[in-house]
Amino acid sequence: MNDRAPSLMRRVLAVSMLTALILAVSIVLGISLGSTGAGADFWSWALGKSKDPVLEAIVLNIRLPRVMMAALVGAVLSLGGLVFQALLRNPLAEPYILGISGGSAVGAIIGILMGLSRFPGVSITAFAGSMATLALILMLASERSILKKDSLLLSGVMVNAFCTAVIMFLVSMTQDSRLHNIIYWLMGDLASADISQVRIIGLIVLPCVALIFGLSHAMNLLLMGKEMARTMGVNIAVVTLTLLTVTSLMVSVTVSACGLLGFVGLVIPHLLRLILGPDHRVLVPACIFGGGAYMVLCDVLARVLPQQGEMPAGVITAMIGAPLFVILLKRSGS
Amino acid sequence: MIDALTVRNLSYDYAGLPVLADVSFSTAQGEFFIIIGPNGSGKTTLMKIMAGVLRCPDHGPLIFGKALNRYGRKELARCLAFVPQSIPADFPFTVREVTLMGRSPHQGILGLERDRDMEIVEQAMDFTEMRHLADRRIDQLSGGERQRVFIARAICQEPKIMLLDEPTASLDLSHQARLMDLLDRLKRERGVTVVMVSHDLNLAAMYADRLLLLEAGKVVCIGPPDQVLTFGTLEPVYGCTLLVDVSPLGNFPRITLVPERFKALDSGEVSE
Repeated sequence: MNDRAPSLMRRVLAVSMLTALILAVSIVLGISLGSTGAGADFWSWALGKSKDPVLEAIVLNIRLPRVMMAALVGAVLSLGGLVFQALLRNPLAEPYILGISGGSAVGAIIGILMGLSRFPGVSITAFAGSMATLALILMLASERSILKKDSLLLSGVMVNAFCTAVIMFLVSMTQDSRLHNIIYWLMGDLASADISQVRIIGLIVLPCVALIFGLSHAMNLLLMGKEMARTMGVNIAVVTLTLLTVTSLMVSVTVSACGLLGFVGLVIPHLLRLILGPDHRVLVPACIFGGGAYMVLCDVLARVLPQQGEMPAGVITAMIGAPLFVILLKRSGS
Repeated sequence: MIDALTVRNLSYDYAGLPVLADVSFSTAQGEFFIIIGPNGSGKTTLMKIMAGVLRCPDHGPLIFGKALNRYGRKELARCLAFVPQSIPADFPFTVREVTLMGRSPHQGILGLERDRDMEIVEQAMDFTEMRHLADRRIDQLSGGERQRVFIARAICQEPKIMLLDEPTASLDLSHQARLMDLLDRLKRERGVTVVMVSHDLNLAAMYADRLLLLEAGKVVCIGPPDQVLTFGTLEPVYGCTLLVDVSPLGNFPRITLVPERFKALDSGEVSE
């Protein structure tokens, strides 16, 4: 009956390949740059012209895990923004702005202070925190009013303020050497990533991402409103619940590893929607690779810009994202 | 022939507040059936129950003799399409993309389109006269054009029954006529049973085979326009003075609202 592949399938493949290529280039750039052994040194090692055990150790044990982690976090947060924007029908929705990230940070800090291991202990408390804030947000902004941009924003701001207060409270209550680590981690810290962590997060994120792609057409139909989606055969309750849970899970896993990286889920979905249109079957893979590339590049900036040492990558993402947020808010208001 | 849609003794309440009370009627296959009634009479609720959007555990409607609750979601979507009253159109999908969404009950979970789906989409856009706007974004269309896109989408479901909740509301006259003619053609050329809610009694009189007049959740009367749209039935329900005569266009009633200043004339007293 159909001898040619559907044009959509070809489009999804083409977009995936292109964005994956951008990600690959970003990763190579991320690995090649650093305070030592950048530029010519790196390339002569990478191309096998010279042997440098120190550089090899730096690249494989420090830079590679860090870059891979950045790619994972970027993918998860962009995808999270995309899903929340579709489900809440709100272009400003994003894990960080909604307070989901904040909630999982509170959960994660409680886990850290309880002396739990990062995996699975802290991830579980982080997940619990994110689900609790999600429930709170959905309750605060009831079904009808959550469609309004401002009420969602307000509840998000409140949840974030509360989470920040709780975090500061917990941090102040402990006289602990871990204090410095926590504050640094809060601003989005990719430096402490190691390869086993990357592997575990990758294993958790992969099925989540596959599930979201499987529901990408249902997300398209949901954009036409719940009533219309239902009469086109979508099981609204199952789709919504699955997407919210899966997204919160992968966001909290990355937050517990890298802290708060804001606005990534705002910048990338909007940029890609502008270029590629609103079809989620295209946007989901594009957000995965594009978000990964964006985060890797932000991390490169965070490492390269300071004269000495480096800054948390969250500083860069917030400095790019927050102004964009204001622009989007102004435009959606008019 | 089995009735397309049957509602038997349907009662429904929102949190204890009765909205529909003991509503019964059925529509024949290929009928143009219009539900009228004042605001708050339960028209939209009735529509949502028939569309399966609101679930009704007992006394649910029958679709071709089978209880709606016993249909699978996609099975129902291939049989019955619904155009709700307000449809968000803030995401920049094109006319063709939205129309293609109507094919999803016939597709797999990812909605990958086959050649046959694209043929049906092109046909539906021709039928609704939207072909020339196929690549336009729906958030850039006028209200009337957008409504036609949503109907084209519904046509792609290849339904036997199409439900529409006030599709002509907020449309200008020419778009109203165009939309009603489109639904009429759908009924004539494709044998689709059209069930819609309307506030416009004159449109209802001109296009409907039969009408249902609803008041406070109860059926006042069901029948062809000349039986339902009479001075005697409408005035008590709408609570205003109306003039009902025969339309110069044909054998159906014409309803004219009588403003306050003419009421004295109506009751025989001549003022000034």
